[in-house]
Amino acid sequence: MVEAAAFYILAALILGFGALVITARSTVHSVLFLVADFLCVAALYVTLQAEFLAVIQVMVYAGGIVVLYLFVVMLVNLKRPPEAHSDPRRLGRLGVVMAAAVLAELVAIFAVGWAKPAGGEGALSPKNVEQIGRALYTDYLIPFELASILLLVAMIGAIILAKREL
Amino acid sequence: MITTTHYMMLSAALFTLGVVGVLTRRNIIIVFMSIELMLNAVNINLIAFSYYLQSAIGQVFAVFIIVVAAAEAAVGLGIILSFYRNKETVNIDEMSLLRW
Repeated sequence: MVEAAAFYILAALILGFGALVITARSTVHSVLFLVADFLCVAALYVTLQAEFLAVIQVMVYAGGIVVLYLFVVMLVNLKRPPEAHSDPRRLGRLGVVMAAAVLAELVAIFAVGWAKPAGGEGALSPKNVEQIGRALYTDYLIPFELASILLLVAMIGAIILAKREL
Repeated sequence: MITTTHYMMLSAALFTLGVVGVLTRRNIIIVFMSIELMLNAVNINLIAFSYYLQSAIGQVFAVFIIVVAAAEAAVGLGIILSFYRNKETVNIDEMSLLRW
């Protein structure tokens, strides 16, 4: 009962903030709604026994990525709103139609196949940080190292792109 | 009773919100934020299945997705900045140099 209430409240908050992110007039407001959305998603992770992911979500998304967005919003001049220039060839309605098509497709997937995956093999212990760490450093060691190389490349690439001249 | 399907519905709705943002907004910063929303929707799915299957592997992949999202945000925002330096705009309609 409590679980259901928590889920519905969090789902409403996530979708509400998500809608505000894409409809807000001011870009700064959009970024702030994005922070709220990420925090609600982190709370949802806690209800799914993924406390480690919740902490990572708050630290990396709400703490790191959003700060990057705020810096970019400060660095670019939004006095002339991007919506001012309107391209006559732009098909804005078509975008809504395509998004509706995506939603219809997803609903069709739910309606047709209530795919029941096979039951779990292991048990997710309440303290699953140890399980995640073990998986990361044994079975998924090479993807883990590749992810760190990806981060390094992205860091160097971002510095080179943002630098005025080399 | 909240089943995995509920989480999948939530994830699908959030993903669709991201698609609407990408397809309808003209401010490229908001387009990037919509992409972050879509990546979050995928993460909700992965973690819901991790809970359903009682396996930590779903959470491992969610960590990888967060890594990719961070890399994408860093490089994408660098591109936005260098583009803004050239054309003084963040409107995707004016980024038409490669348009046929």
